[in-house]
Order: sequence, then C-alpha cells, then structure tokens
Amino acid sequence: MKQSFSKHKSTMKRVLDYIGVYRWLVLLSLILAAVTVATTLYAPILVGYGVDLILGPGQVDFAGLIRILKQIAVVICITALAQWLMNHINNQITYHVVKDIRTKAFEHLEMLPLKYIDTHPSGDVISRIIADIDQFSEGLLMGFTQLFTGVLTILGTLGFMLVVNPLITVVVVVVTPLSLFVASFIAKKTFTMFRLQSQTRGELTSLVDEMIGNQKVVQAFGYENDAQQRFEEINERLRKCSLRAIFFSSITNPSTRFVNSMVYASVGVAGAFAAIRGLLSVGQLSVFLSYANQYTKPFNEISGVVTELQNALACASRVFELIDEEPIPAEKEDAHVLHTVDGSVDLEHVKFSYVPEVLLIDNLNLHVKPGQRIAIVGPTGCGKTTIINLLMRFYDVNSGSIRVSGHDIRDVTRKSLRSSYGMVLQETWLKAGTIRDNIAYSRPDATEEEIIRAAKEAHAHSFIKRMPQGYDTVISEDGGNLSQGQKQLLCIARVMLSLPPMLILDEATSSIDTRTEIRIQKAFASMMKGRTSFIVAHRLSTIREADVILVMRDGHIIEQGRHEELLKNKGFYAELYNSQFAG
Amino acid sequence: MKRLLRYLKDYKLESVLGPLFKMLEASFELFVPLVMAQIIDTGIRNQDGFYIIRMGGLLLLLAAVGLACSLTAQFFAAKAAVGFSTALRNDLFAHINGLSYSEQDVIGTATLITRMTSDVNQVQSGVNLFLRLFLRSPFVVFGAMIMAFTVNVRAAMVFVVAIPALSVVVFGIMAYSMPLYKKVQHQLDQVTQATRENLTGARVVRAFNRQEDEIRRFDEGNSDLVRFQVFVGKISALMNPVTYVIINLAIVAVLWISGKQVDAGIITQGETIALVNYMSQILVELIKLANLIVSVSKALACANRISMVFDETSSITDPSDGVKSGQSGEPKVCFQNVSFAYKNAKEDSLSHVNVTVQKGQTIGIIGGTGSGKSSLVNLIPRFYDVREGAVLVDGVDVRKYSLQALRRKIGMVPQKAVLFKGTLRENMQWGRKDATDEEIYRALEIAQAREFVDAKGKGLELSIEQNGRNLSGGQRQRLTIARALVKNPEILIMDDSASALDFATDAKLRKAIQESTEYMTVFIVSQRATTIRYADQIIVLDDGNVAGCGTHQELLKNCEVYREICLSQLSEEEVK
Repeated sequence: MKQSFSKHKSTMKRVLDYIGVYRWLVLLSLILAAVTVATTLYAPILVGYGVDLILGPGQVDFAGLIRILKQIAVVICITALAQWLMNHINNQITYHVVKDIRTKAFEHLEMLPLKYIDTHPSGDVISRIIADIDQFSEGLLMGFTQLFTGVLTILGTLGFMLVVNPLITVVVVVVTPLSLFVASFIAKKTFTMFRLQSQTRGELTSLVDEMIGNQKVVQAFGYENDAQQRFEEINERLRKCSLRAIFFSSITNPSTRFVNSMVYASVGVAGAFAAIRGLLSVGQLSVFLSYANQYTKPFNEISGVVTELQNALACASRVFELIDEEPIPAEKEDAHVLHTVDGSVDLEHVKFSYVPEVLLIDNLNLHVKPGQRIAIVGPTGCGKTTIINLLMRFYDVNSGSIRVSGHDIRDVTRKSLRSSYGMVLQETWLKAGTIRDNIAYSRPDATEEEIIRAAKEAHAHSFIKRMPQGYDTVISEDGGNLSQGQKQLLCIARVMLSLPPMLILDEATSSIDTRTEIRIQKAFASMMKGRTSFIVAHRLSTIREADVILVMRDGHIIEQGRHEELLKNKGFYAELYNSQFAG
Repeated sequence: MKRLLRYLKDYKLESVLGPLFKMLEASFELFVPLVMAQIIDTGIRNQDGFYIIRMGGLLLLLAAVGLACSLTAQFFAAKAAVGFSTALRNDLFAHINGLSYSEQDVIGTATLITRMTSDVNQVQSGVNLFLRLFLRSPFVVFGAMIMAFTVNVRAAMVFVVAIPALSVVVFGIMAYSMPLYKKVQHQLDQVTQATRENLTGARVVRAFNRQEDEIRRFDEGNSDLVRFQVFVGKISALMNPVTYVIINLAIVAVLWISGKQVDAGIITQGETIALVNYMSQILVELIKLANLIVSVSKALACANRISMVFDETSSITDPSDGVKSGQSGEPKVCFQNVSFAYKNAKEDSLSHVNVTVQKGQTIGIIGGTGSGKSSLVNLIPRFYDVREGAVLVDGVDVRKYSLQALRRKIGMVPQKAVLFKGTLRENMQWGRKDATDEEIYRALEIAQAREFVDAKGKGLELSIEQNGRNLSGGQRQRLTIARALVKNPEILIMDDSASALDFATDAKLRKAIQESTEYMTVFIVSQRATTIRYADQIIVLDDGNVAGCGTHQELLKNCEVYREICLSQLSEEEVK
C-alpha cells in the first residue's frame, strides 16, 4: 500500500513535469474556474433579490427589479464566457500533454531493443501508447478541474448559506451526505455484480471468437449444434447477471434523486418556519432551494474524481514504464561509418543466448569470404532467425565478435551496418500506403524509373500494373488486400531498389506461387552474384549450391560444411536430406 | 430495426410499463414546484405552521412515490432490454452458424464477431435507455411548459420561446460535432496504426534505417489529431455556456413578466418561484434527451448492421430429403466438368475440371498460389457450390446429400491449423464425440504427434489454450491432422496442412497415413513437389485449369507446368 502510494507520488511528479510546460495556461484555467464558480453561485442570489422585490399586488419595485435583472444578465454573460474559455484552455492543455507524452513514447519505442519488442505482446504496447494515455488525460486533467471547481463550489455554497441562515445550513449539511452514502453503498453492492457480468461477457466473447472466428472448422466437423448449446448456456447466465447488474446500478440515480428531494423538502419546511419568524426573506428561501437542488452534485462528482484520479495515475505509470525501458546502448563515441564493404564476414567465438539460462550459440566460428552463399537449414523453430538477429545487430552477442570487412560491428554505426545488408523476411511487412511508397521504403529518394525497374526485376511489375491504380494503389495495413505471394514480391522489390553489398534472405516455405518463384529465384541469383548472402533456406536447390551450410537444431549450430561433405558425415543433415526422399 | 423489434415481443408488458412508470415519476416531480409555491403563498403568508408541515409531508410523499415508480420502471426496462439482447444473441449466433463459406468470405469473420458482441451490447443499452427516457424527458419538458401555462399564460410564453431556442442549441451543437468526433476517431485510428506498424515491422524499419522518418510521420499524425481534438472541443465546449445563458436570460424574462403580473395581482410571489424552478428543470431534461438521442442513434446504427447480417442467407441449403449414403462400386469422388467462381468474383477460380478418383487412392494436388487447389477440395464437403457441372461422392451429387451425412464422410485438415480452448481430448473428440482414448492415441501416432504429446507428460488432459497458442505451428498442424483422423473418415483432405513441418516429419507423416489408412481416399494439397510425388494420381492446377493429371513419371514426361515446378525445387537427378 505504502509502496503504491510512493509510486503514485513519483508518477504524479512526472505528470506534473509534463503539465508544467503549460503552467501559465494551467494558472489561467484555475483563475477562470474560480471566476466561474463565484459567478455561478452569485446568480441565484441575484434571482433571490429579484424575488424579494416582487412582493404582491402593488408592491413591486420595478426600478430595483430592472437594476437586478441587468446585473443578472451581466453576471451570466461573465459566467458563460469564463466557462467557455476554461473548457477551451483545459482542452488545449489536455490534448497537448497527451501529444507530448505520446510522441515521447513513440520516439522511445524506436529506440527500444528488439528484445523488448519481441518479448512484449504488441497489443499491450499499443494499449499503453493509445488507450492508457487517453485514459490518463481524461482522468487526470478533467478530474483535476472538477476537483478544484467542486471544492470551490461546496465551500462557496456553505459560506453563503452560513451567512444567511446557519440553521437551515445545518439541515442541508446533515442530510446531504446521505446521498453520498447511498451512492457508494449501491456502487459497492453492484461492483461484484458488474464483475460477474464482465466475466460472463468475456466468456461469451471468447466463445464467439473461437467459434465464429473458426467457423469453417466448426462446419467442417459439424459442430454447429454443440456450439449453439454452449453459447446459449453462457448467454442465459449472462442474461441473469446482466439483469441484476443493470437493475441495481440503475437504482443509483432515483435514490440520489430521492435524497435530493428530501433535502429540498427539509429546506422548504425549515425555510418556511424561518420566514415566518422573519429570519429569512422569500427570495432567500428561493436561493436556498436552488442551492439545495445543486448542492449534492459536486459531492457526487468529487467522489467519482478520486477513483478517476487513481485510475489515471495507474495508466500514467504504465506509460512511464514503457518510457523508462532501457533503450539500446548508445553508439560508441568513435563509432565509424562502414564505407567500403567487401562482403567478408567473420564470426569468432560467438556466444549468444536470449535468456541467460539457455545458451543458444556456443563458440560459433564462421569465416565468410566475399560473395559466398551461406545456407542456414534445420527443422522449424530451431532458431534460424537468431543468426539474422546477430548479423543485423538486432541483438548483441554475449561474447566473441562479428566482423564485417574486418570491422567489429559494435564499432561501426548501426545505420551503416544495416544499410549494407538487404533483408527479405518470410514474415512480410508492408506499410499502409501506396505501392510506390512501399517499394521506395528502402530509398525514399528513388525516382519513378528506378522504382519500376526494381519492381520489374522482382517480377512485381506485371501484377502491380493490373491493380486498380497501379503504383498508386493504396494497400491496407499489412497488405491485407494482397496475396501472400504478392506481398513477398513487393518486399523483394524493396530490396532490389537499394541493392546493398550483402543480403539476408528468408526463403518462403510455401507462400509464393511456384511458377513465379522460378523467376524470383533467377532474380535472386542475379542479385546474389558477387554479393555475400545469408539464406534461411528451405529449398534443396538453394541449399545444395551454398558455399557453407549451417545446420541448426534446437537453437544450436550442430554441423557446418558443404553439401557433399555433410552428406558424407552421415549426421543430422544427411538424415534430414535423405528423409525427403523416403516417400 | 423492425426485424429486431420482434425480440421485444416477449417483453411487451415490460416495454409498456417501463416508460409508463417513468412518466408517472416525472409527473410527481412536476408537482413539486407547485407545492412549494403553496408553502410560500399560504403557509408563510398565513403563518400556518401546521400547513407547512403538511405540505412538507406531501413533498416527501411525492418523492417516495416517485422513487417507487422509478425503481419499478428501471426494473421493467432492464428486464426487457436484457431479455431482448439475450434472444437476439441466440438467434444471431444460430444464424451466423448457418452461413456458408461464401457469406463468411464476403462479410469476414472479424465483422461477424463485432456484430455478435459489441454491436448487440450497444443495442441492449440503447433499448434500456430508450425505454427509460424516451417518454420521461419530453414529458418533463412539455409538462413544465404546461404547468407554467396553468400558472400564468403570459409568463409561459417565455417557455414557448426558450424551449425551441434551447433545443436548437443543444441538438445543433450535437449534430455539428458528432461527425467531427468520427473524424477524430479516424485520426486516432491512424495513430494507432502507425504504432502497430512500427511494432510488427520493427526489424524492417531498423534494417532500412527509417526510425527518424517514422517518428516524424507519427508526430505529424499526432499533431493532426490534436488539431482536430482542439477544434471539436472548442465547439462542444459551447454547449454548457450557451444553454446557461439562454436559461438564465429566460429566468430574467420570467422575473420581469412575473413582476408585472404580481403587481397587477394576477399571480403570487410563490408562483414566481415555481416558474423559475420549472425553467431550471427543463435544461436538465433537454441535455438528457440530447444524450439519449446520441445513444439511440448509435444503437440504431448497430441494429442496422445486425439486420444486415440477418439479411444474409446461406447460399448452401440442406436438401429436405437429403440422401444419407452413396452407391457402392462408383468412383469415390468425381468432378464432372466443374466450374466454380467465388461470390462477387469476376472470373472463375476453376474451369471445366474433370477428374475421377477411386476409393483408397492418394491424390496429390499441386499448383501455384491462386491456382484453385483449395477451391477444388472445398467443393467435396460442399463448403461451396459449383457454378457449373457437378461433384459426385460415391456416385451421388453432393447437393443431393444431407449436409451432415456428406460431411461425416470427410475429414478435413484446413490450411490454418486451428485448435480450440480445452483439453487435448476435447479437441480430438471434435472428430467423433465417442472416440476412445485408444483411438485418439492411434490418430496421434499416425499424425506424428504422439511423441511431443507424451513429452508434455499430461496425456490427453493436456490443456490447449485458445487458438492453440501454447503449441508451435508444427505441433498444431499435426494435432489438426490427428483430429481429422479420429473421425476415421472415408475421405481425408489435407489442405496444405503440413507446411510448417520439416521435411523429415512430413515424410514420416505421409508414410504413416499411407500404411494405416488403406481404404481411406486421401487428398493432399501442397506446394512441395516432394510431398505429393508418390501419390497415385497428381492433379496439376494452373490458373484454375487442370494442366495435367497422372503419376509423377507420367507428368514429368508430358506436363510442362509440372516439370517446371519440380525443377524449381529439386535437381535434375532428384526429380527422376
């Protein structure tokens, strides 16, 4: 508890730092809030004065009434203006703070090590950057102003009532908390019902997710009736608990209204007796009545604000957690730009593990001469991508070294290292945007001709031309409207455009059209000519032609050599290879 | 919407009583200012303490009766709304379950899930709110005006002017800002998308050194978002101040007119206060009404979307007197001049396919993406209907079978390896409900899954998470194969379902299936030449046409497409 409190406190301090940029706006907002509260409270008083000037037939002070009415008009105009300005300024502060934090979080995201991104579900990170920041802004800033105006309103109201008539004030002060009590009592009671409802709803949603999401399988196995039965059973439970949750929560409003009516009646009766004794004018009584009507509102708001603030701080701390994640180590100060890359790559005594307990690569030595082809083979899930991670320096080696053209890759800038590789991954990734933008992703300054030439080389040109808007066709997020093969072709075109001296290719297992693939392989072959290439290979033809084959199993490199050598060794590779022709 | 209203039928009484009781509550509320006026005009003026207390009691009584009415109304409304959505959900689920593959392809499963969950919830709260407020709020607004008329006609004229003015402002601002909020949401979606892209594509972004550009792009989108938000905020922020001004100006007018009327002895001071109170009541209800309209219009939009799902009818209908079994002695599966096109597609995905498959044969189907391999096998269990020609199973057109009887013959291993939350045994029993452990283990053995299942040490009690995410892709594929084998089907269809397996496992799997399923007719769809080369018959598809059909050796000799495919994957000697 105490720990969470101090955590809240430090979160609060950081939040204030972000808001601090706009401190003058905040100050202005607070002043406007005070003005709004004061004039809002003053208006009913003026109305009361007005009422007191209308006593009865022949007893109306018209001159005084006009003066009061003019005053009312001025006061409400001031209130309205102050209120509008305050709302506007609050919006400005809120949205700008949100923007600042969001951009900061995103910038940090680009700096985070791949390890973070690989090990955290993307949905979680997205919800931190989007939903949490939204929640935080609404909760914190709105809560803040509500708290401030709420407290001011209560104090102001109390002050006025005390001045006019302490006795009636006591009546109001005693009865009002009842409404709070009732509201929180109901909220507590309904909390468990709501939890049950959302649990049941979650159960229903996950069933719907499974059954409708995979309806083809459901139908293939004739499982429709079972699914319907399971669904109806949960749905019936949901009906029962929803009814309870909805009904009991909907008691809140009528109940607090009832308490309000009680306050109203008590004020009316007590006020009338005070008026009889001449302690109160009828106009003042009307002021009391209108205060009694509004008095409970800030109380209810404030009780909501506290939970909202807590919630907001919790959200903020989730965002800060992300921002606090350690970024990738900075480049060495003397890191130099990798200029001439001859294509030699040397791995010496490389040790690597994702988690300390499991050593994945132990003492790997590999010397790649310029222009050689390295095939990485092994069963699915054996860690072939680990090598890519190390070559591209997405992860750093634990010990040992990787050298490109004689330079340790930790001594050169990441940028120059990565731009000397062309990478095509099996998991295609495209941006939402036009096809042109996607191809030009590797070289934003490429001309139209260059883009088309790259597309042609990747055999993507013909299908692009057939798209409705050709190169201007907008593809949706992650290329949803393209086939897997087409996506891969675009990724290849992307690399074709920049064509760096070394290549990392992740061969598709099954997605590309076999006939197109022949052409792609030809394109690959010409691309690989004279370029050092690392290929996560699935095709025997690729593997056979490789200069070095790295055979991986369970994350370890267990064999290394040329096709014929490895076959002669009769090891795991030979087993793999022969199994293919076992029929 | 009309179509959905019938789900309220069972709750007719509740749907009528709910709003009625709510209206009763409102009318009690409308009496309060009048009673207060009596306290002031009679009680205070006559210094009648007893009268004041009696009237105070009346106020409490009104409040208590109001509370009772309101609670009754809330209960009825909740009961009707929840009952409505439960019935709707059951029907919707059943309806969606009955849609064929074609409709699912067109609508998309993600959409169907949203309709089923959040849309129905929205409609439910819309109905609930509607039943509670659609009578109450207008009743209070007009009731207050009518009450004002009973007090004084001239003063009531202020109401006649103020109510439309308020309505224009409240509804105008809402109508204006609603579409703007949609824009804001759209912009927020863009920001979300940029975030997601950079998470899923972190490697590519970094490989191309585009981090700074990505940050710049994100910042641009983010700034646009803020601009939109501030603009919309500026407009919505008008609501409170403007309505405040109107109401209070109206109060000023009421005071002025009342002053004259009181002076002339037509109304009393207490009645003046009552008029002011009525004015205040109106504002609260108008804002509630505006919110109600927003929620209801949202709910209506959801209701329309749900209606659209109901409008989709399955294109595949179960014949009423469906055939239960085929004729023995006929070929197991026969495609007769089959042409097929997906719904809304311009071109055929399969054209004039003629293939005959005998019982017990293993059939390999190979061809590029989009060549129609999956389409072909999906026609056998009648997931889609042919456009032309016919598919015969055991000599009978698949459209003549009862769907259940037809699909019981077939074990399907879909491309996407889908498993369901539950134990391994439950998953395996999807194939056949009464399958024994022994049968299941046998299927696991054939599917090469026994080894890793045993390694997990939980046997058939092994719990599987949703979508089988606690298993690797290859493990999932093997389990889906086992699931189809548990069914012990006459026809086994494997739709590229060994793609995540390594060559060795793939080979073992094929061998095991061949050895243990003598009478089973097996269709294997694959892109790997090695997977299908030993099949009894290989169908080579090219752009929806059968480019060749025969054994490996035959096709090598006379099918150019097949030769190309093989040579792209294997060397000259290996092909032989």
